[in-house]
Amino acid sequence: MNSKLVASLREAIGLAGLHDGMTISFHHHLRNGDHVLNMVLEEIAGLGIRELTVNASSIFDVHAPILEHIQNHVVTKLQCDYMAATVGRAVSQGILDTPVEFRTHGGRPRDIALGRTPIDVAFIAAPTADPMGNCSGKYGKSACGSLGYAFADARYAKKVVVITDNLVPYPLQDWSIPETDVDYVVTVDAIGDPKGIVSGTTRITRDPVGLVMASQAAQVIRHSGLLKDGFSFQTGAGGASLAAAKFLKDIMVAEGIQGSFGLGGITGYMVDMLRAGCFRSLLDVQCFDLQAVESIRDDPRHQEISAQHYAAPGDRSAVVDSLDVVILGATEIDTDFNVNVHTDSSGSIMGGSGGHSDTAAGAKLAMIIAPMFRARLPIITDHVTCISTPGRDIDVLVTQGGIAVNPNNTELQRRLSDAGLPLLDIRALKEKAEAITGKPRALPRGDRVIAQVFGREGQLQDVIYNVPQK
Amino acid sequence: MRRSMLFLPGNTPNMLINGSCLGADAVIFDLEDAVAPAEKDAARILVRNTMRDLDFRGCETIVRINSIDTPYWKRDLDEVLPQKPALILLPKTGCAADVEAADDYITLVEQRLGFAPNTVGLMPLIETALGVENAFAIASARSRVAALFLGAEDLTADLQCQRTKEGREIDYARHRLVVAARAANVAVYDTPFTDVNDDEGIRTDAAYAKALGFTGKAAISPRHVEVINQVFSPTIKEIRYAFEVMDAIALAKEQGRGAIALHGKMIDAPIVARARQTLDMARELGIGREDL
Amino acid sequence: MTEIIRAASAGTLESSDVYVEIEPRTQGIELQLESVVLGQFGGAIEAAVREILAQFQVENARLHVVDRGALDCVIRARVETAILRGKGDN
Repeated sequence: MNSKLVASLREAIGLAGLHDGMTISFHHHLRNGDHVLNMVLEEIAGLGIRELTVNASSIFDVHAPILEHIQNHVVTKLQCDYMAATVGRAVSQGILDTPVEFRTHGGRPRDIALGRTPIDVAFIAAPTADPMGNCSGKYGKSACGSLGYAFADARYAKKVVVITDNLVPYPLQDWSIPETDVDYVVTVDAIGDPKGIVSGTTRITRDPVGLVMASQAAQVIRHSGLLKDGFSFQTGAGGASLAAAKFLKDIMVAEGIQGSFGLGGITGYMVDMLRAGCFRSLLDVQCFDLQAVESIRDDPRHQEISAQHYAAPGDRSAVVDSLDVVILGATEIDTDFNVNVHTDSSGSIMGGSGGHSDTAAGAKLAMIIAPMFRARLPIITDHVTCISTPGRDIDVLVTQGGIAVNPNNTELQRRLSDAGLPLLDIRALKEKAEAITGKPRALPRGDRVIAQVFGREGQLQDVIYNVPQK
Repeated sequence: MRRSMLFLPGNTPNMLINGSCLGADAVIFDLEDAVAPAEKDAARILVRNTMRDLDFRGCETIVRINSIDTPYWKRDLDEVLPQKPALILLPKTGCAADVEAADDYITLVEQRLGFAPNTVGLMPLIETALGVENAFAIASARSRVAALFLGAEDLTADLQCQRTKEGREIDYARHRLVVAARAANVAVYDTPFTDVNDDEGIRTDAAYAKALGFTGKAAISPRHVEVINQVFSPTIKEIRYAFEVMDAIALAKEQGRGAIALHGKMIDAPIVARARQTLDMARELGIGREDL
Repeated sequence: MTEIIRAASAGTLESSDVYVEIEPRTQGIELQLESVVLGQFGGAIEAAVREILAQFQVENARLHVVDRGALDCVIRARVETAILRGKGDN
């Protein structure tokens, strides 16, 4: 029987020809339950290979062991779309000599495809695979649903290693990544911890401020002129964003509106909307909860898409170009509507664009939902610490204290004003928040660039400085 | 206009500081059941500061003090009255004497502060069998009484019956309170619906309260506020009818006629009064003729 | 002058609250401050604490303040409560 199975991860690394200074890549579909990135780096460190670039679509808290490999110069450069706070804090304190390169979920596969960020070896965690490397995220004990972020890695890396904990006989039916892209297949006991891979059930927020914002967000969409048959929609997995989806569903069902598609990271709420007839299909680059995983497996209307298809600029088209409304979050937004999702207010990395800038650029209406302040820190600032998404792509900010429309969008301003929604100039909203919190003192910034933020078109959009140690 | 009143736990800063943004027409700062005995002092200071320093424009403030059989109620009033709450919610009001005791002390503090008489209204909370039986006497005991408020949780305990979602056990109390309050010409507010996750239940419950004649309804969850506001707002149909009533009486006046009919029905004083109320609310909601 | 005669505390460690501990001290005010927004609001928090101490004429006390992003009015309330709980004629 023909097979690409190799006996161990170590052997696969050797066969792939990995040596010092190369670039390896990972996807983040196993999110905070991922074992594969740590497992691979552990083997690589054991082989004495050094000075690698890690190109991971996202880095989560579970990947904290990478810090040790950075200290030991096994890893000397990071490229990612999102970086959670644990690794982000160390990076902000200056653990790397080379700045981190942040891209968007659309920019990453585009740069991989164009050879701007070539990958030597891609390690693809696969919840199910066959011996020839056909693989899928929909089945197995570590099922994560869509494998959307891994497609470009599989297609363009020089060598591709599939790592699975659920090997099935050839041929796997309903594969996502085909054997034509795969060089080696390795089996391990567990590619991840199911508890960290997907949430059980994502629940609507009970935070009253979140609910108020969600309700206002739904009203903004209702009166935007976009909520009609054929409507398309994306929302994040944050509490207020999910609640907004629920309120939106109630409106769509009550008014009999049949949308076209729901997009993005998919949760049970979007699945509910599909089943309630709010959409004809779901286009899914990533599943957030069990309900989404079940749906993408069982419901043909729920379609997996690659990150490139989702959001990449420069192709003939991407789905975000057809998107009507996206609801996004922010850690800071400034009076020019520039949004920061990379750092917290003290400047320490705790996130990244992900699909933020891609969807904001593509959608007809890009909405930010954020409270006026978090833990006494106002969200609206004069200048954001880092421009993750430029203000020209943001149409409206919804807070519990009022709604601010980007003055560039005069039509939305008029529609929401006619609907009697509580509109405020973003500067007035900033003052309103500061009247409650007081004006925060600006924190000192370091003088060393520790990260570069590339806009979705590939241009250097902003840089992030180190956070000085006390 | 006071359709919804939202309870905010008096010693929880996170809830208090966002209280004015939650969509309720009024918030009730709760110093009673939501606050443990050891934290009564902390809560009254926190509530006083919150009322003093944060902006509650567009949202009326009400304080539920502790009942007059506790050692706390006078100190509660000392702290919060200077902040001019619209109403004091007086728990466990059982008879007119309870109202008189509270009113006497509030009057004293008002005088000390140089406030005009009855600057702060009183809203007895009827939550005992005795209170229900004495509802009219309570509502008419003093001019400071601005409304009655039904509290079903404590009441059902006192009645020794189960509190159910359908609420048949409080039906008599609801009817009785509406009649007593209307007889005394004060407003009347319904008990909160306690299942936070039942979106249909709250709508049914609020609609029933409105149908019985309640002015508005309290909420313990911000999730219920929007539904209560919707239910207790006049419908477009009601507003349209109110305009027709006013037009008809204006026309009759012009023509010097006494008896006025609209759609074949006589318009009498109560109908006109009701139309005026409806149009007052419509004006506050920003709904005019052009929106119909 | 208000004398602090016993150790007392007020507030919680919940988000948007502040936990204030106060205890007797012989000479002057000793203030230890922790905050999630120390960089942005440390000065404002300390000023609020000292203002309430001055208002109640507390001249000798040791305070430990752990702030979880409380607003000014909350900080003032918790300090006042701690003082009233720790003072003599309580």
